[in-house]
Amino acid sequence: MFIDSSESRDRFGFGFIFSSEWDPVKEEFGALPFIYGTILSSIIALIISLPVSIGVAVFLSEIVHKSVKTPVSFLIEILAAIPSIIYGFWGIYVLAPFMRTTVQPMLQSVFGFLPFFKGQMFGTGLLTASVILAIMITPIISSITRDILNAIPVSQREAAYALGATKWEAIKMALLNARSGILGGSVLGLGRAIGETMAVTMVIGNKAQIKASLFEPAYSMASVIANEFAEASGSMHISSLIEIGLILFGVTFVINSLARLLIYSVTRNAS
Amino acid sequence: MKVLTAILISLTLISCGDKKEVTTSKPGSQINGAGATFPYPIYSKWFSEYGKVNKDAKINYQSIGSGGGVKQITEGTVDFGASDSPMSNEEIEKANTKNNNKIIHIPTVIGSVVLTYNIPGIDKNINLTPEAITGIYLGKIKKWNDPVIQKENPDLKLPDKEIIVTYRTDGSGTTYVFTDYLGKVSEEWKTKVGTAKDVKFPAGQGGKGNEGVTGLVKQLEYSVGYVELVYALQNNLKYANVKNSEGEFIAPTLESLTKAAEQTSAEIPDDLRQSITNAKGKGSYPISSYTYILIYENQKDAQKGKTMKSFFEWALTDGEKFAKDLGYAPLPETVIARAKQKVSGLKF
Repeated sequence: MFIDSSESRDRFGFGFIFSSEWDPVKEEFGALPFIYGTILSSIIALIISLPVSIGVAVFLSEIVHKSVKTPVSFLIEILAAIPSIIYGFWGIYVLAPFMRTTVQPMLQSVFGFLPFFKGQMFGTGLLTASVILAIMITPIISSITRDILNAIPVSQREAAYALGATKWEAIKMALLNARSGILGGSVLGLGRAIGETMAVTMVIGNKAQIKASLFEPAYSMASVIANEFAEASGSMHISSLIEIGLILFGVTFVINSLARLLIYSVTRNAS
Repeated sequence: MKVLTAILISLTLISCGDKKEVTTSKPGSQINGAGATFPYPIYSKWFSEYGKVNKDAKINYQSIGSGGGVKQITEGTVDFGASDSPMSNEEIEKANTKNNNKIIHIPTVIGSVVLTYNIPGIDKNINLTPEAITGIYLGKIKKWNDPVIQKENPDLKLPDKEIIVTYRTDGSGTTYVFTDYLGKVSEEWKTKVGTAKDVKFPAGQGGKGNEGVTGLVKQLEYSVGYVELVYALQNNLKYANVKNSEGEFIAPTLESLTKAAEQTSAEIPDDLRQSITNAKGKGSYPISSYTYILIYENQKDAQKGKTMKSFFEWALTDGEKFAKDLGYAPLPETVIARAKQKVSGLKF
């Protein structure tokens, strides 16, 4: 990738990362809108998904009876097996209209003073892509969290009850002990969100721009590669797309390292 | 060391075996093609129908996209390529020098791009002028009841709503044809945006593939988008009548496409690379194009060359009959004659 992107690296240098121009006809290329779209959509997805996932995990491992637990966890895990193109079409035909008619007007009426929720509501756009991603990564994070919670020794729970803790206090303690595992699961989910292509490209709007509003169309790195690589004609265009791939690799690497660091610091404090 | 020699010997044996197979290729050796997705349904129909006529012909076609077709034929990894837009001069130059050969273009059928829209309460085909289409896609015309659009639709009451513009985000022949047309009717489009398989659209948002654009248009009220005619027909989409260079509003039908080709066929150049967008002449729909087979004039493998020659001759004669049923416009007679000349010029 490094070698094949030499043409665009030579021409644009580091400016490639900071330029938001993407014009295949004039051969002007810059990666900033794609980096922005990828990172922001993934992080919002994580913010939406994390509380849901933890809630699901706690519900399944601590609260319900086994007869409910098995089918429900099976159903959630099956979510992870749905092909992303199916999510994409569901997104465009079901989620996007729902976002346009219900979610976005609601957000705008409550938080309309913030720049993130201003502007025209299309239904598609950055926020919708984040919601799709959140749904896609929830099974990953929740099943890892559930496994971690299950791994916590029963004796610890019994000790908590013996000291007079309520059920909620016992769960809180279990979650506290499981935090490094939850973090690890989140990183796995985030990695999936960053690399996700088809589902995102169906709903994100595919416009290389950076706007404050989350309702506006955006673009992601994986999507632009999938969309343009097959038909890219000029060698500069191909080279730029390969450089985007290189940056995507770099971003994933940085995020993974940061997460490792985070896990490390959390576990160190715990011990 | 022993192992290494053994590997080397076996490799030599394998490569000898390969060579032998190529030189004694029997009738029925596999012909490979790759390229445009748009003509894929009719090409696969042709292959299966031709298979009934000539049992030895085995043709394999991969619909990987026009750009892919051009790349593969340039690399010489396929026997023929297919593209919705003719190769540029540089591309031809590159392919010719690389393979020490001459690439030829054979038009097969005509495709077209239609503007589809979603305006609640409007069931009739709306009329759009070139000025209206460029205005919308440049982001200058923002509302449906803009005088530029309204005055051509006197019997309709267009709403005072913002137009949501959608486009194809993946590189495609469809976008090429559409931007080729816009570049011809608007100087501003030509200089600001240009013509290509993917361009930087000044306004709107993108959907992936015909199905992505259709999805957006169906979901977003007051939106407009462009898709292939075949796709619009199959999915019963509403489409606009477009004003042609004669000042008539023409609906995209198979007849109006063939007409556009017919009336420009007198000016078709020797290499058959011709853009038929904004075609002159009465009754012609202005946003259409030929789709091409790309093939080298000198075929190295005589057997394959022979099969391909007879296949393309069959396709241009009997194959064209299948076009209409599948939603493609057949070539006009004059162009068929020219294309056949090209096919008979294949050497092997």
